[in-house]
Amino acid sequence: MCLAIPAKIISIDDNIAEVEIAGVTRKVSLDLAPEAKLDDYVLVHAGFAIQVIDEEEALKTLELFKEILEHEVS
Amino acid sequence: MKFLKEYRDSKLAGEILEKIKKVSKKPAKLMEVCGTHTVSIFRHGIRDILPHNITLISGPGCPVCVTPNKHIDEAIELCRRPGVILTTFGDMMKVPGSESSLSAEKALGADIRIVYSTLDAVDIAVNNPEKEVVFFGIGFETTSPTIAAAVLRAEREGLTNFSVLGAQKLIPQAIRALLDNNETGINGFILPGHVSALIGIKPYEFIAREFSIPAVIIGFEPVDILQGILMLVKQIEEGTARVEIQYSRGVPQEGNPHAMKVLFKVFEPSDAVWRGIGTIPGTGLKLRKRYRKYDAVKKFGIEIRESREHPGCRCGEVLRGVITPLECGLYGKACLPEHPIGPCMVSVEGTCAAYYKYGKRS
Ligand code: SF4
Repeated sequence: MCLAIPAKIISIDDNIAEVEIAGVTRKVSLDLAPEAKLDDYVLVHAGFAIQVIDEEEALKTLELFKEILEHEVS
Repeated sequence: MKFLKEYRDSKLAGEILEKIKKVSKKPAKLMEVCGTHTVSIFRHGIRDILPHNITLISGPGCPVCVTPNKHIDEAIELCRRPGVILTTFGDMMKVPGSESSLSAEKALGADIRIVYSTLDAVDIAVNNPEKEVVFFGIGFETTSPTIAAAVLRAEREGLTNFSVLGAQKLIPQAIRALLDNNETGINGFILPGHVSALIGIKPYEFIAREFSIPAVIIGFEPVDILQGILMLVKQIEEGTARVEIQYSRGVPQEGNPHAMKVLFKVFEPSDAVWRGIGTIPGTGLKLRKRYRKYDAVKKFGIEIRESREHPGCRCGEVLRGVITPLECGLYGKACLPEHPIGPCMVSVEGTCAAYYKYGKRS
């Protein structure tokens, strides 16, 4: 039940954002994440954006692991 | 799709698994608190590929499963009242209460509508001014702010025909209750990613500080889960206990303070009864005085004297991680996804349903 999926904000009208999830657009409320901006990725849960995805952190997680693994191999 | 594909990379997953195998020597019993993790772990076959010294056990993190029958009986009582439209998330429909379920009531003619969002329930109230619209709300910190936002919208719009039957719960102190009971010998916690996206890391710090058990907030894709397990086994091998965040792209240290403010503007903590665990102080939510007019139980004077559970169902022990579904005598026999006896078989995120769907039969 605590499923939330990443979606990209493609337009914002007041506190409602239009987001794209796997090619499908739907409207979500920004009542819980008013700081979300156009082109941000947000986590969508039950019709609400509940968090803005931190792109830098996302990249860091992947890079960090690739690095550790490469280091291991060598 | 961005932010999903990379975390499903099977090569990367395979390499992390190798690393886990290399690092992990000690027995490690890890509990995934969240039902969404349970499903993801089964879907990706993670239990089967881990080395034998690592055991994953499922915990109390399926909101449908931990909702005691009393609340289901209240919802049933409400949907039988004339002029009431009961709205809820789809997961609750088939859960058996003491004598009936919402799907059975719907078949008998009750006006029950499944909504995707709490705001859909508010829309139904706006569009049906002559009816009373009740939202039956369950969920953890991920969902509860959306229920609070719906109440605030109802207030903004001056609606008098909208109310909430609330059965929401708060996660961190439920973990404390499990640890206080000390029934399972857990060595590490896989903490829920999306509850944490709201509450952040702080509320879990007692797990490491007071119980010396490592805990990691983990995402839901296979690479996330394996990476998080690696972080846990590293701590276990080192003999350290910290709370860490693997799912940093979705979980800032502080969570989502704005959403938590919305939540606690409308609700305040209260005691809550968890199926199979009992009353845990401070893990429920009740409407604050100012918003009490949206309390459906008060509004309609609902009083459930006695709720009954199926005597053979061992959901309680399953939810505490004390037994696996295989140890329940009804599992796969009298209790099947087509005719579930307990909520752990009804909910897609229930441990019994996950075991059954992914073929664990003995
Ligand atoms: S198998 Fe069915 S009866 Fe047994 S614990 Fe699970 S839900 Fe309850």
